[in-house]
Amino acid sequence: MPQQTAGTPTYQQKTTSRRPAGTLYRGREGMWSWVLHRITGVAIFFFLLVHILDTALVRVSPEAYNAVIGQYQTPIMGLGETALVAAIVFHAFNGLRIILIDFWNAKYQKVMFYVVIGLWVVTMLAFVPRHLTNVFNH
Amino acid sequence: MSTTIEAPRSPYARAPRKRGVNWEKWGWIYMRVSGVVLVVLIFGHLFVNLWLGEGVSALNFAFVAGKLTNPFWMVWDVLMLWLALIHGGNGMRTLVNDYATQPLTRGILKWAIFASVAVLIILGTLVVFTFDPCPAGAPADLLPSFCSAL
Repeated sequence: MPQQTAGTPTYQQKTTSRRPAGTLYRGREGMWSWVLHRITGVAIFFFLLVHILDTALVRVSPEAYNAVIGQYQTPIMGLGETALVAAIVFHAFNGLRIILIDFWNAKYQKVMFYVVIGLWVVTMLAFVPRHLTNVFNH
Repeated sequence: MSTTIEAPRSPYARAPRKRGVNWEKWGWIYMRVSGVVLVVLIFGHLFVNLWLGEGVSALNFAFVAGKLTNPFWMVWDVLMLWLALIHGGNGMRTLVNDYATQPLTRGILKWAIFASVAVLIILGTLVVFTFDPCPAGAPADLLPSFCSAL
């Protein structure tokens, strides 16, 4: 977009991409929860496509399915599953936060973001040590 | 080229729609309703497959065969399949609407999203309802234990 140069200074000139004005949203909890919701959503969607295809191998043969699920049991994929569960748990709790903002009260959105982070930490503490034990002890 | 920027908070110039189904509204409602159900379905799926027992290292054909011959897990998995793919496809559609500016790009991307969602829903549903836990000629040690009773 060309810069506006003519005329008296307006707020459009003072407000640049480097220096936003008139917003409390940008760069705060609301923006980061939105960014994370989109990134985790895309990641989960592409995993879902792959996961349905690999599960469909049960219809091909037991050997084909076991060969692919064996890949899910390797250390590298075990770390990938940790990242996947981290993304799912954030997306799930933040999705519930969005519903509460829509149907309950938007003024608690900020505190609810920190509740989401807290619940995410608790859930990951319950999952990650146990999962990594299963991955690296077999 | 000069660009005119409307004053903030000026009302829509577009006339309000009068007839027809408001699909965007139903999509908005669908994301919230399916989201709540998916939290239960996917947390349950992860709990049973990754947390109970030996987790991911216990997964194999016999494990899946045990689940996909149980009507409870068949309904669970098919519900998860449909709800999650439509939820994810609609979410991807939102991103395309936000970030793809060329009409052709938007058209191609939305068509690709729709096609992959439709194909995988059909494939997944067929797999669940035509599944054979004891395929003929397969080695017995790869099959669930109930196959030897047949």
